[in-house]
Amino acid sequence: MANSAKPVYDSANNRVSAITELKELGKYRYLLGQLVRRDILTRYKRSVLGVAWTMLNPLGTMLILTFVFSNFFKTEVPHFPVYILSGLLVWNYFSQATNAAISGLVWGGSLLKRIYIPNTVFGVSAIGTALVNLVISVVPLVIVMLVDKAPFYWSMLFLPVAILILTAFTLGFALFISSLAVFFPDVGEMYQVVLTAWMYLTPIIYPETLIAPNLLPYFRINPMYWMVKIYRLPVFEGRVPTWQEFLPALGWGLGMLVVGWLYFTSKSEEYAYRV
Amino acid sequence: MSDPQADPINNFENAPDIIQLDNVSVSYRLPSERIGTFKEYAIRTLQRKIRIENFWALTDISLQVKEGEVFGLVGNNGAGKSTMLKVISKVLKPSKGRVRVYGKIAPLLELGAGFHPELSGRENVFLNGALLGYSREEMEAVFDDIVDFSELGQFINSPIRTYSSGMYARLGFAVATAHMPEILILDEILSVGDEAFQRKCNQRMKSFQQAGATVLMVSHGLDGLETMCDRIAWIDHGKLRKIGAPQDVIAAYREEMA
Repeated sequence: MANSAKPVYDSANNRVSAITELKELGKYRYLLGQLVRRDILTRYKRSVLGVAWTMLNPLGTMLILTFVFSNFFKTEVPHFPVYILSGLLVWNYFSQATNAAISGLVWGGSLLKRIYIPNTVFGVSAIGTALVNLVISVVPLVIVMLVDKAPFYWSMLFLPVAILILTAFTLGFALFISSLAVFFPDVGEMYQVVLTAWMYLTPIIYPETLIAPNLLPYFRINPMYWMVKIYRLPVFEGRVPTWQEFLPALGWGLGMLVVGWLYFTSKSEEYAYRV
Repeated sequence: MSDPQADPINNFENAPDIIQLDNVSVSYRLPSERIGTFKEYAIRTLQRKIRIENFWALTDISLQVKEGEVFGLVGNNGAGKSTMLKVISKVLKPSKGRVRVYGKIAPLLELGAGFHPELSGRENVFLNGALLGYSREEMEAVFDDIVDFSELGQFINSPIRTYSSGMYARLGFAVATAHMPEILILDEILSVGDEAFQRKCNQRMKSFQQAGATVLMVSHGLDGLETMCDRIAWIDHGKLRKIGAPQDVIAAYREEMA
């Protein structure tokens, strides 16, 4: 006897579009929370200092870089540790989240072959985990500012906006690159090299004044240039970005999010076959 | 259903279809044809040599499962049984044909796939529940049941890596069956745990069945299938070979295997 009711699942009208994926993700929001929780709890489970490593990691890098730059390159930038750390936090957030999204989809994807889960769960939870780490790592930034006697500015209240734009960009890029990594396994390895080059092409560990003026327009093509800038201005220079500084960041953030989401969801039906 | 001599099919003739497969085919790309690097991709695109060789895991399968039935699948390894379960549980989209499902499906994760070894049993219960699509409240409501059923006692607070494989399997089964689904999918799970636990699993399955759930199961244990199922389909090289009463299908299958 044929069933006259409306099917719960019908393969004929179940095209995964950008919008339905968003709805599915809403239904699985508890899973998102659980995955973030799992990643944070298990990452440092076997280390003695545990979650403290989230703070110690950028702090250590900052100490090395400050030592190198103040002794060998004689930098003139005041409060150089604050300068480095504020840029590093942005960069670590971006690289950690995109890498976690790749491994989440490629390796954790063994689950996708067994049960139905909305595919974007891995990318979004990777961002969630990195975001928690970013918020935690504000603590060492404040400590360094106190030790270095750097001034605190009201403009730092702008930081949540900067983080939101950075998150939009990171999520869009993470979805794009993780999708690519499923179809081309070499992308995961290649991306590590790209990340290193990308970091040195962004003024994070060296002052922007070091860039030759005739090269500056090229550096400004780099979206991460703008992401770092709108995060660092309020902390370091004590002012909110101007519209000329803010709009490129906003454009890259929203643009990448839309492109990444559309690209990722357009391939949704293939992941279970490919991972 | 109390009369074992009755023809099992007739019991469900008037029941509505809960799963409908219409001319379903599924093709996989062969791994050798998978393109690994950009270079390869670019070269092949230029040479127009991207030929995708398809392997048809299922070809033109049409069948209906009735509401409340215990439906079994038999076939050799690689015949397409697991692919069929995946198509039904929304994991794979069929390459051709149409799948319609009229109820909520609870797939059984293979023995706690998705468990994290460093997390405690308790934490894994919630993580696994979330993977199956349940909310926090839904998992809290059945948590005590899960601990009871899996007989883990105090071990529920220890990391899963300290568990024996039996404890692992028991917890996996307990989580997946904590809520009665409208359709329960079982892929080779009844062969796990000791005999006492297997009996317990069977009892739970029977209670689901009596409460009106539909069960879809794959197993190599032919005797078990014959006694538990109302109907069986035999899948051979991706095609539907025979479908009907368990004793008929199993007999035909055994004959071919002999």
